[in-house]
Amino acid sequence: MELSVNGTSYSLDVEEDMPLLWALRDELGITGPKYGCGIAQCGACTVHIDGQAVRSCQMPVGDIGNAEITTIEGLGTPEAMHAVQQAWVDHQVAQCGYCQSGQIMQAAAFLETHPEPSDEDIDRAMSSNLCRCGTYPRIRAAVKTAAAKLQGA
Amino acid sequence: MGRTRTIARRSFLIGSAAVLGGVAFGTYLAVKPSENPLTESLAEGEAAFNPFVKITEQGITLIAPHADSGQGVHSMQTALIAEELDIALDQAEVSFGAPDPAYYNTAMANDAVPFAAFDEGLAARSMRVVASSAFKILGVQGTGGSSSTPDQYDKLRAAGAMARETLKAAAARRTGLPAEQLKTENGRVITPTGEAIPYTALAAEAAQIPPVTDTPLRDPAEWRLIGKPMQRTDIVAKSTGTLPYGIDISLPDMLHAAVRINPRQGGELLDFDAAKAEAMRGVKAVLPVTGGLAVVADNTWRAFKAAEALEVTWGPAPYPAEQAEHWEAVANSFTPERLNTTWRDDGDVDTAHQGEVITAEYRAPYVAHQPLEPLGAIIRADANGAEVWSGHQLPRFVQMQVAAKVGCEMEQVTFHNQFIGGSFGHRLEFDVITLAAEIAAQLPGVPIKLTFSREEDFAQDYPRQIGMARSTGSVKDGRVESWALDIATVSSSVSQMGRMGLSLSGPDAQIVAGAWNMPFALPHLRVRGYIVPELAPTSSWRSVGASTSGFFAEGFFDELIHAAGADPLEERLRLVTRPVHRQVLEAIGEMSNWGSDLGAGRGRGLAMFESFGVPVAEVVEVTDTPAGIRIDKVFVAADVGRVVDPVNFENLVQGGVIWGLGHAINSEITYADGKAEQSNYHMAEGMRLYQTPQIEVRGLENGSHVRGIGEPPVPPAAPALANAIFAATGTRLREMPFYKHINFV
Ligand code: FES
Ligand code: FES
Repeated sequence: MELSVNGTSYSLDVEEDMPLLWALRDELGITGPKYGCGIAQCGACTVHIDGQAVRSCQMPVGDIGNAEITTIEGLGTPEAMHAVQQAWVDHQVAQCGYCQSGQIMQAAAFLETHPEPSDEDIDRAMSSNLCRCGTYPRIRAAVKTAAAKLQGA
Repeated sequence: MGRTRTIARRSFLIGSAAVLGGVAFGTYLAVKPSENPLTESLAEGEAAFNPFVKITEQGITLIAPHADSGQGVHSMQTALIAEELDIALDQAEVSFGAPDPAYYNTAMANDAVPFAAFDEGLAARSMRVVASSAFKILGVQGTGGSSSTPDQYDKLRAAGAMARETLKAAAARRTGLPAEQLKTENGRVITPTGEAIPYTALAAEAAQIPPVTDTPLRDPAEWRLIGKPMQRTDIVAKSTGTLPYGIDISLPDMLHAAVRINPRQGGELLDFDAAKAEAMRGVKAVLPVTGGLAVVADNTWRAFKAAEALEVTWGPAPYPAEQAEHWEAVANSFTPERLNTTWRDDGDVDTAHQGEVITAEYRAPYVAHQPLEPLGAIIRADANGAEVWSGHQLPRFVQMQVAAKVGCEMEQVTFHNQFIGGSFGHRLEFDVITLAAEIAAQLPGVPIKLTFSREEDFAQDYPRQIGMARSTGSVKDGRVESWALDIATVSSSVSQMGRMGLSLSGPDAQIVAGAWNMPFALPHLRVRGYIVPELAPTSSWRSVGASTSGFFAEGFFDELIHAAGADPLEERLRLVTRPVHRQVLEAIGEMSNWGSDLGAGRGRGLAMFESFGVPVAEVVEVTDTPAGIRIDKVFVAADVGRVVDPVNFENLVQGGVIWGLGHAINSEITYADGKAEQSNYHMAEGMRLYQTPQIEVRGLENGSHVRGIGEPPVPPAAPALANAIFAATGTRLREMPFYKHINFV
């Protein structure tokens, strides 16, 4: 089957029901999306499929068709960061950082549809992503900074 | 000032060593007769060398030996060296150690780390007690017990200063200029005419001259980095998905493994049928391992699926099967036979308690660690030894354990420590390492990446100790008069050390950590620890004993103060004995505007508790809403002696508060049929963002020693919340998790 990830197309021979997460990580070597729970409880595996935040641990590769997949690696790079990533750096959100790929992908998709989020909107949108280190106060602040930056852009 | 004070306190010697292509700077530790198993191979008087700075023509490498599980010590250690070495934070490569084999065999073979200097009086006694527990091992050789900052604060700066001055001496020799005329900046020696010689160009010469070891450390007034907001060295990589964790590493021809281990921890595999699993796509082998089976496949998901498909019959648990029996064993441990020791006995509690007394019983459940990166390790083993890639807090023990499993010498095990996606104590354990080693030993030459599924991780986690406290106290004339605090828990130190083949000598100070040495002078105060017979295996969980004793002590103290009709802050201020703790209380009072009116349905609660030498006071404000308790705001004041990086400090304190509150409200591990009933985050998630309050943090620097902040914010969080809920609702919470007794928004 064919998968289009971060603008590159890959062909791979895997089961239709293999979760996208494991196709990305173990078959394509794209490790930004993380395994945390495997049951849509933590959000560490979040990627975008046609711009929507999706839990890749719950998305069978066979259901993706030719939709475009974006992982954290495709959102921005250390040299050219996405506004959300830059806000994450500015607020020094990460502790262990393991959840942050998913947090950032969740925030980036959320801000596409909610360019001027209220505090409640942010709480609701970001509560599906677990951070065991407890970086939530910084996540809140970084989402606001990113929203302002994206609005200004 | 830096000089006299610091050098007088130094318990180490600094020095240099020539290494392949350059020079290394570090500390020598003269080996004294000790029971440290790691330096036994050294004769008395011999020295072990710890390199911290390596400079070759190729570049500058800093060796930051403490593992980084998110607490930022990688960055902190870099800053301490860079401060004196005069380099920018991004000018050096930072390694966890053992950078190349030659170097490894000479310099790193017998590393050892001395524990922090001691204070006088109560603090000194408390440190000695800490040193008698499992933390002795951690302090000697590892990362844990919030020890990284105190351990490294002087040593890394001293190594940086020596490296700088030795490089200047090398430049002086080369240029014929006196060293006093040379300056250093951004990794270069600068001559009066402005010529800049990179350190890397001086490395070979620096190795030929005696190191300059009498350099005074800079006065804090001169610091460029320490005490100022810094950009963590790992922050860009962690914000762009480009930092590889252990789980992300891939090697040529690597295979992926999953395990299915008896969820009745320590029980046997009685029978199995692997036919279905073996026939599944991508499965290469099903292998026996301790306590169960391993599946080796060509993809993690295929390995997980095949492991689930194994048909297994498990033997019974070596501990009581049902949760009620665990509680019963705890409740039955308040007996003279189970008395571990009487830690404190001020005045005469028994006489004081002949009149009217207040009594209460507190409970703290087992709680899982469950950092977000599941446990994992990559091991390749063959006739020449083994190579290991994983994140671990006790690297030398990893080598020992792997060596034992693959049947080689410890020196034949190379360990590549990795960034860790959270630990909270979990990465002090060895199961994933020893299981990966057992698999790798059965498939020589093939790199095996073992990843625990989240369900396996929950099933095999060693939770925080379960415990109870029974308190009796009395009040008189508006004051707290007496208090007898009895705490009974299982000993996570005994359990954890037992798995490492070590035993605990003497009573376990963690059972009563922070409670027996509370800085309050009551007329009558007795603290006794009772040790519950071993139940389910337990382990160090962020803040260890203090995570339970803090709740027990500060919750009941609030009850006594309430019974006396006194104010929680005023009464603590009246009773507090130590100036640093008094200042923490005063700060929290000011920050929280203590005493001001919060309005109807609201309440605030206070707790102060010390762990790892750091007194932390927290005030929690809550509102009793129709939907349940909402936590509005938390104030935190903590004294660490010196805040190395204020940004990271704030982040860690906030995270510690969230950890403490989240688990106090929402989480426990319970056993049924000998198995943990909680299998994934939906059953034990700690805190999510929607419950997170605003958290305002103040770092104080009155203490005489630099301390770490990873764990100390945890213990006061639960009691401060319970006390706030009492103030708002009149309901006293004496058992965690609180959600069982009251609703939360
Ligand atoms: S791994 Fe997909 S949501 Fe947790
Ligand atoms: S930063 Fe560690 S889990 Fe979020």
